[in-house]
Amino acid sequence: MFVEARHLNKRFDDYEAAKDISFGVEQGKMAALLGPSGGGKTTILRMIAGLEQQDSGDILIDGKNVNEVPAGERGIGFVFQNYALFRYMNVYDNIAFGLKVQKKSKAEIRARVTELIQLIGLNGLEKRYPNQLSGGQRQRVAFARAIAPGPGLLLLDEPFAAIDAKVRKELRVWLRDMIVQVGITSIFVTHDQEEALEVADDIIILNEGRIEQMGTPTEIYLHPKTPFVAQFAGNSSVVENLSGFRGFEGLPTGRKILIRPEFVEAFKKGNPQMQAFADRAEDGVVTGISFRGNSLEVRLEVHGITLVTNRSLERREIHLGEHMNVFLYRVYCMEEGCTQVVENERLKGVSVE
Amino acid sequence: MRKKRNRVIPGFGLTMGITVTMLSLLILLPLASVLIRSFELTPAEFWETITRSNVIGAFQTSILCALIAAAINCVFGLILAWILVRYDFPGKRLIDGMIELPFALPTAVAGITLAKMYSDQGVLGQALERIGIQGSYTRVGLVIALVFVGIPFVVRSIQPVLRKLPPSCEEAALMLGASKGFTFRHVILPELTPALLTGFGLALARGIGEYGSVIYISGNSAKNGTQVVSYVIMQKLNSGSADYVGAAAIALVLLAISFLLMFLLNLVQWFAARRTR
Amino acid sequence: MKQKKKARPSAGQIALIVIGVLFFDVMLVWPLAEVLYRALKDGWALYWSAVTAKTTLSALGVTLLAAIIALLVDTFFALAASWLLTKFDFRGKSLLTTLIDIPFSISPVIAGLAFIMMFGRSGLATPVVNWFNDTFGTDIALVFSIHGVVLATIFVTFPYVLRELLPAMNLQGNAEEEAAAILGAGGFTIFRRVTLPHIKWPLIYGMVLCAARAFGEFGAVYAVSKARGETFTLPLEVDALYMSGGADAITQAFAVSSILVLLALVMLILKNIAEWRARKSEEQEGL
Repeated sequence: MFVEARHLNKRFDDYEAAKDISFGVEQGKMAALLGPSGGGKTTILRMIAGLEQQDSGDILIDGKNVNEVPAGERGIGFVFQNYALFRYMNVYDNIAFGLKVQKKSKAEIRARVTELIQLIGLNGLEKRYPNQLSGGQRQRVAFARAIAPGPGLLLLDEPFAAIDAKVRKELRVWLRDMIVQVGITSIFVTHDQEEALEVADDIIILNEGRIEQMGTPTEIYLHPKTPFVAQFAGNSSVVENLSGFRGFEGLPTGRKILIRPEFVEAFKKGNPQMQAFADRAEDGVVTGISFRGNSLEVRLEVHGITLVTNRSLERREIHLGEHMNVFLYRVYCMEEGCTQVVENERLKGVSVE
Repeated sequence: MRKKRNRVIPGFGLTMGITVTMLSLLILLPLASVLIRSFELTPAEFWETITRSNVIGAFQTSILCALIAAAINCVFGLILAWILVRYDFPGKRLIDGMIELPFALPTAVAGITLAKMYSDQGVLGQALERIGIQGSYTRVGLVIALVFVGIPFVVRSIQPVLRKLPPSCEEAALMLGASKGFTFRHVILPELTPALLTGFGLALARGIGEYGSVIYISGNSAKNGTQVVSYVIMQKLNSGSADYVGAAAIALVLLAISFLLMFLLNLVQWFAARRTR
Repeated sequence: MKQKKKARPSAGQIALIVIGVLFFDVMLVWPLAEVLYRALKDGWALYWSAVTAKTTLSALGVTLLAAIIALLVDTFFALAASWLLTKFDFRGKSLLTTLIDIPFSISPVIAGLAFIMMFGRSGLATPVVNWFNDTFGTDIALVFSIHGVVLATIFVTFPYVLRELLPAMNLQGNAEEEAAAILGAGGFTIFRRVTLPHIKWPLIYGMVLCAARAFGEFGAVYAVSKARGETFTLPLEVDALYMSGGADAITQAFAVSSILVLLALVMLILKNIAEWRARKSEEQEGL
């Protein structure tokens, strides 16, 4: 493990920001601290950086305990939520700041800064001031400034929060590529599950100062350990019971049941390919259709329960009030401490893809 | 800036009329009359009036002392603003509430009090004397009085800027390994410079024209270089001959200096706004 | 936002606090105490006789009169000008703002001088005043009179109320006023019902500063005032006593000063209350 947190605890006056937090990030990996706001993720990041002192616990970087090492000497680059660029310095001076602190020679500084400006693709903008840059450009400068002194670890606090939705996706890919290219170990904080699933090698899900689950995006998505994780990772609907749904008769009662959009599939009644399975489907009525950019979000009422599914724009048009054949492949059945996947008994061995 | 060409809100004509009329009658017309009256002098007379040695000396005294006082205020004003915004200590609220005292306390009261405090009968005057400095009736006293009247300008200019300074800026410098001193010089000071210059300029403008608080403590001697411009103007108004036109000529120069300062201050604001927009 | 626990102050912090507090005490608190000490050092009897002397009471009256008139004029101006400067855009707006700020940065002595140039002997507007007096049989003098004192006080305090009102009105924006106007409300209704409730405390704050400045003006009124017991304000009375030179007179000067100190302290307290209320109402509106 390159970075390790061991039993970190941190308490502010009114709430506990970190309760017995332990995790590790391997060299060269990118980890995401994911959780709702107020979940303690920024506090943990700031403790690793040395901007906040933990009440107890240890932080190790490259095998060395850095508890007593001041923030500036931990060899960490930090990208702040609003970038915190120095307003009275231009792009060049912002990036050069850390090198000047290290008393590098003018020539060395020039070489390094020029290299970084090339890397982030802002050639020609060296003399611009932060307020003359777009949000995306500021983000790039903040990134370059953080890695300029050559830190071993890069921490990013909500790096995309201040950027509008359209640029955000682009920048996400860009930052991911940059970090891979530079080969730096990094940890970033986000409240956006899509962002974490897409960018990170490892995800640490936090809630109320506790780690709910750690793992790769696939693990977390497919095997959520707690109801919180299951609910947090994915745009799911929660129901109390599934009475009337064939194939789920074995479900224990009195549990919350969580259904992801991709667990649900709806076909038009007349779809000839699906006739063979029509007897295994449930009857649903379309109660809502909303446009979601690259797909439709369709709400269906089935046995008095509202299910949500995504439908490709390529498929045939559907209308409000239309009856459809609805397949429910599997659900999450949530129990205290663990969440089980329950497959539809009647659809076992059936492929409708 | 948003254009409000189609004026939805009523009252433009009325408020424009009131504003311009009152401003003209109460401020601009009286000032214009200073200008017009000073033209009663021929250029040669005008030049002779404002270059008389006591007038030149008064300008030197006023400007020099105001500069020194404003500089001292920048240092202590920065410290005061800093501790009021950043630290907690007993009596902080009281100090914060009393910074405007020099605005509220009549200048004449401040003047006679300071004159007595720093005279050879006052405790502070005697203390200064022991280290070989004479307080009242010298330029030292003059500077002290101007420091007194100028404090609030600097403190109140810096405080809001310091309060709004995001902590992440300093943290960013900290993460890059900068020491406290380096961070202060390269990150915080540039942020504060416009406010510091504004406070400096306001204190300077006030200091150059100051009358009430300085006349008692300064000694008003042309020979010792403790006469200020305001005093010279007032002298011309009060003397038996009442040299109004001469007073107007000197006042015109003083006005020009004030306007120049105001122009520079606006320039500073404009430059600052470009960076922090 | 997270609350940071206050760390124990470092040596540097303590040093800065000590320097700041020391500077503050010596420069501001000491003079205040000095006034009271010198006012009372020759006993209560002398103090009381100085404070209740006829000239002192007359000066108090003149001071209050000039301050109240100046306050009314400045407030009226500030309301009109703030409406103009925050609700509309027009050419010359920044020039107008700069011109209004003039009294802030020029010597009060020039203010006094300016009125003498206007209305004094061979002043520019003196013929107009003379014509008025001849026609209506009046005997108005606009300088070296109570009128002059009032005019000079207005001059030096002119932008004070406006200065405090502008930021508050800018912060407020125009959305509510525009909504009211579209609903057909007239200008005065909009002002009274929509704008005024938002700017009440900043307005009072500005008025307090203006009054404090008016009480204390010296240079400007000195130039245009005339006689003790008639047109002298308290600061002028202080000056007259102090300059008369006798030991008792100087103590009396400090006694009269103590009235002004009291007024200044009251103004400071009012200012802090208004400031506090203004901040609170700002917070309530979530600005």
